[in-house]
Amino acid sequence: MPFKDYLRKRFFPHIWCPGCGHGIVLGCLLRAIEQLAIGKNDVVMVSGIGCSSRICGYVDFHTLHTLHGRALAFATGVKMSVPRLNVIVPMGDGDALAIGGNHFIHAARRNIAMTAIVMNNRTYGMTGGQYSPLSCHGDFATNAPYGNIDHDFDVVELARAAGATFVARSTTFHARQTTEIIRKAIAHPGFAVVEVLSQCPTYYGRKNKQGGAAEMMEWYRDNTTPVGSKAKQQNPTLIERGIFVQDAGKPEYCCEYKKLVERARRGAS
Amino acid sequence: MSAGLKFVQGNEACVEAALYAGLQFYAGYPITPSSEIAEHLAVRLPRVGGTFLQLEDEIASICAIIGASLTGCKVMTATSGPGFSLMQEGLGYAIMAEIPCVIVNVMRGGPSTGLPTCPSQGDICQARWGAHGDHAIIALTASTLQDVFEITVHAFNTAETYRTPVILLLDEVVGHMREKLVVPEAGAIATVDRLKTSLKLGMDYHPYLPREDGRLPMSDFGGQHRYNVTGLFHDMWGFPTQEPSMVHGLLRHLVDKIANNADSICRYKEYYLEDAHIVLISYGGSARSALHVVENRRVRGERLGLLELQTIWPFPYSVVESKCANARYIVVVEMNMGQVTRAVKRAVAHPDRVVLANRIDGVFITPTDIRNILRLIQGKGV
Ligand SMILES: Cc1ncc(C[n+]2csc(CCOP(=O)(O)OP(=O)(O)O)c2C)c(N)n1
Ligand code: SF4
Repeated sequence: MPFKDYLRKRFFPHIWCPGCGHGIVLGCLLRAIEQLAIGKNDVVMVSGIGCSSRICGYVDFHTLHTLHGRALAFATGVKMSVPRLNVIVPMGDGDALAIGGNHFIHAARRNIAMTAIVMNNRTYGMTGGQYSPLSCHGDFATNAPYGNIDHDFDVVELARAAGATFVARSTTFHARQTTEIIRKAIAHPGFAVVEVLSQCPTYYGRKNKQGGAAEMMEWYRDNTTPVGSKAKQQNPTLIERGIFVQDAGKPEYCCEYKKLVERARRGAS
Repeated sequence: MSAGLKFVQGNEACVEAALYAGLQFYAGYPITPSSEIAEHLAVRLPRVGGTFLQLEDEIASICAIIGASLTGCKVMTATSGPGFSLMQEGLGYAIMAEIPCVIVNVMRGGPSTGLPTCPSQGDICQARWGAHGDHAIIALTASTLQDVFEITVHAFNTAETYRTPVILLLDEVVGHMREKLVVPEAGAIATVDRLKTSLKLGMDYHPYLPREDGRLPMSDFGGQHRYNVTGLFHDMWGFPTQEPSMVHGLLRHLVDKIANNADSICRYKEYYLEDAHIVLISYGGSARSALHVVENRRVRGERLGLLELQTIWPFPYSVVESKCANARYIVVVEMNMGQVTRAVKRAVAHPDRVVLANRIDGVFITPTDIRNILRLIQGKGV
């Protein structure tokens, strides 16, 4: 199915600003689903609140647009009830890791099979460019006029430590790689986390004098490097991208629950 | 549990009734005095192929049951005050997106962590207005284990009928009390199944287009019809809208579907009201003490009666008004600072005749506490 057929065309134009990275992530996501030849009825997309979460409205799947930060919790209910469904959860960085941080680490810990995509623009886009837990130390934001004194999470390290069994990072500049990673993440039989660096030229770019969308994407090109590359050793400030964790061995939550039901039924009879 | 006579705890009666009503999915977070609900369900649900989850908090719990309900399951969570506070966000979502679910709050004293495992009925108004924005809500309660059973089934039925969350307000006394329960035979109490769309694959299904009778048939999420669900104001497809007439129409629909059916939702019990000069109004555990007083006084020939509310919200204004029409005094017996009293005053013709008999110290209200108020009313001093 051409990936455009996955879109709900009558809900366009979308709400995103010109140059916003979130549209590129949407494109990558749909191409990944297309490559996996998954039927529209077999995909449930659950999102929270934010510019990134609006992705849900534009795709012709079963779509659940929920509360800020709570998408993974709603998704857990859906997935546990109907484990055959492919559950994909696109989230903003604030959505996933500030208000939703607790749900994020616990979903990873349980290793429930779903795909969490963190669209990281290092800011709260929807509410007007405030600092997020992914804003870097020293960044500027609409409410950090003197510089951000917080430190940011490393999504990859956090997800790995919490127990996610597939962890990857990419950027909107590296759209092909993003598609490939999302494809593997969806096919992965466990909790998969994909962080995609996605530019917000309207707020993050403007406040941090990073230029427009094109310049911000060039920054991703120039400041990232494939995981394990020599370049990283020479320049530790580079951000690594690629697949960091891929472990199909850890028991998956829905499968474990199924076994629990069998044990309970045997005990009862 | 097989049908027949049992000797169980209130929380267990709630569990048995939930399973009787068709519960398939539970998610919760431990908190007394509700924990036994989770403990029993952890044993029972997997045996019937249902899902029992303990999640990271009450926020996740209510969100997960909403997600599960959408896929076609009957769902429930249980908590107490602090957890109920955390659930308000999800509760509002379930109201807006019209997702059937049952939320049990076995009340303890508050605010905050308050009085763990002490009796209170302090969450009556929170149940009504805890979620932000204009909305209607259904909240039920019960005083005996038999009633806990019946009202729990009613909660599930009502949630399905009106596509809405239903709050079951138990209190610590009822939740932890043990007494006899007769579990009815399957089918003895009617259970309402999910109303599902009859539209076949390929036909245009509108998740938010009410039928002529006002009900909204559902389609199991993940099934043959794809649609959008959101907590934003939405159109009949479930897509966000800010169009004023649609916003107005949806809000009216959410409120009216409950307000217009208040009579069928309303449950109450009455004792000796026909000729009562003093009407006691109570609910939940407090109603047991109130009934004790009424029965004692009747033996002495005093004309006391009891109106026991089982539906708290929507508040049964007309029932209260008519049952109190000839009362010289109305004594509201509750374990809070007058949360139902306020509604009773609004309902009756003579609000100045409404008196509160309460306890707010974490101690169960006794017949003596009520008698002391009656002595004051009757001019006998305490
Ligand atoms: C409980 C709650 N708090 C705050 C908000 C307001 N809010 C909406 S979106 C958002 C942040 C969005 O930022 P992010 O998740 O990073 O996504 P982005 O918009 O940048 O894609 C906030 C704080 C809300 N909707 N709900
Ligand atoms: S505010 Fe930023 S994140 Fe939101 S749509 Fe605009 S560019 Fe994208």
